[in-house]
Formats: sequence, C-alpha cells, structure tokens
Amino acid sequence: MPQELRTVEQRTPAMREEGRRQAPRPVFLPPADIYETKDSIVVLTEMPGVPPDGVDITLERRVLTIRGRSAAGDHAGYQRVYNEYADGDYERVFTLSENIDRDRIEATLKEGVLHLVLPKAEAARARKIELKAS
Amino acid sequence: MALSEFPRLSFDPFVELRRMQSEMNRLFTGFSAATARDFPPINIWLGENSVVVTAELPGITREDTNLSLQEDVLTIAGKREPDARQENVGWQRRERAYGTFSRAVQLPFRVDPEKVQARFNNGILEVELERLEADRPKKIAIRAAS
Repeated sequence: MPQELRTVEQRTPAMREEGRRQAPRPVFLPPADIYETKDSIVVLTEMPGVPPDGVDITLERRVLTIRGRSAAGDHAGYQRVYNEYADGDYERVFTLSENIDRDRIEATLKEGVLHLVLPKAEAARARKIELKAS
Repeated sequence: MALSEFPRLSFDPFVELRRMQSEMNRLFTGFSAATARDFPPINIWLGENSVVVTAELPGITREDTNLSLQEDVLTIAGKREPDARQENVGWQRRERAYGTFSRAVQLPFRVDPEKVQARFNNGILEVELERLEADRPKKIAIRAAS
C-alpha cells in the first residue's frame, strides 16, 4: 500500500525563498487515484492549471514526490469579482510499496490530470514458485 | 525576518503570523477535497463590457462538457467517466470523483449568445461572454441651456 508521508509535506516550506516579498501561494493536496495492475502502479492526480513544464516528479528510493506549479490565471483588463478557487501549487508525497523500474516510468499530463505509470521492477513482480520433488 | 520592520527584535510576530496562515491554508485545503461543495469551483472576472467565467474541470474533455446559455444564466454541465482500463485493478486510493455535474451561474448582465468563446486550458475551462449591445450603459449628453 502506498503510504502518504504527511510529515514531509508539513516540513516543506509553502513559501519559496526568493518569493518572500510576495504573498505566499497556497499549496494544495491534489486528490489522487492510485491503483495497481499486474505489472505496474498507476497514479493519477488532479492538478488543474498546471502546464506540462510546471510538473516536477521525483522518485527517491521509494518516495514519490509530485509537485505542480500552476500558471498565473490573470486576465489583463479584468477584475476578479467572485472567487471559489485560488491559483496555487500542488504537492503530494507517497511512499510506494514496490520497487519501481525507473527507466520505464511514463508520465503524461492531460486536461490537468497527471497520469503516472510506474512499472514494477522485475524482482518485485509476483513469481510462481515451483515445488521441487523431493 | 526579511519583511520585518523591526530588525532588532529577535521574535518577529509577522513571520510567525504568515507561517500560521500558510499552515491554516494547508489544513483547510485538505478538508475542502473531502467536504461536498459545488462542482466545478468557479471564478468570475469582470471586464468593461465582458465577463469571463473560469472553472476547474480536471480530466474532463471538451466532448464531455456541455455549455448552455439562457438569458443571463450560463450552465456548465458534463460528466466524468471512469477509465475502462481501471476495471479489475487493485485500488489503493480513490479520491477523485466520477459522475455527472451541472452548475448554473448567474452573470452580472445579459450577454450576446453569438459572441461566446470557450476554451480548455490545462483542465481549466474559460468562457468569455460579451455584454449585449442593447444592455450596455449609454452615455447621455447634457445640453447646455440656451
């Protein structure tokens, strides 16, 4: 089961060092779907407003960190009169239960949803164990 | 620290306040995903003679979205279907919602149905509507008394 590391998230500063003088951007926990197939783990996270170059994914040992930085949604000449969602950044950290074949990780961003396919490493796949005749 | 007007104080109340605020933001954003609220969340931007409605619709395609306009009410409706590949898999976490949604937004003025532009941008729907010509405020010239 992928475990979520909340402690790491809480330690991450919401404000970037060089961004001290501007208002801190909120950091959201993007909702995620995670499922496991026979040979891979698939992670889907919702990050509306994040352009493909604003995504940052790292896998260190079994710790998967997903970060997204949304593009500023400003409209020149327009004034914001009603607000239900804010521009901000997305961040989530998971610990995976399996070893991942890092060379074959596939990440795509479509319609604001990050689709991450993490193939299990050969050793982690279920193997049939033959009984030896005694 | 950096923003402080009181460099001599070792304790800066503003830094502490800002830290608390970002903690709070983090706490409450976590909740908002779980509690039911209107979907999709929208923002409204007002220009001189036009209005822009933006909505967060991650994972929803153009084909699955229906926009309609009646008088000054814009309706955003659609559906999100689960991926067919997701059958017979082992779920470890399921936080995203699926199903149909519909939301009506009252605009601040009547708009021209012929001049509506809508586009999707990284999961954010943006609808730009122009105010109806007949509905725009008119400037009234005051004649000088003769």
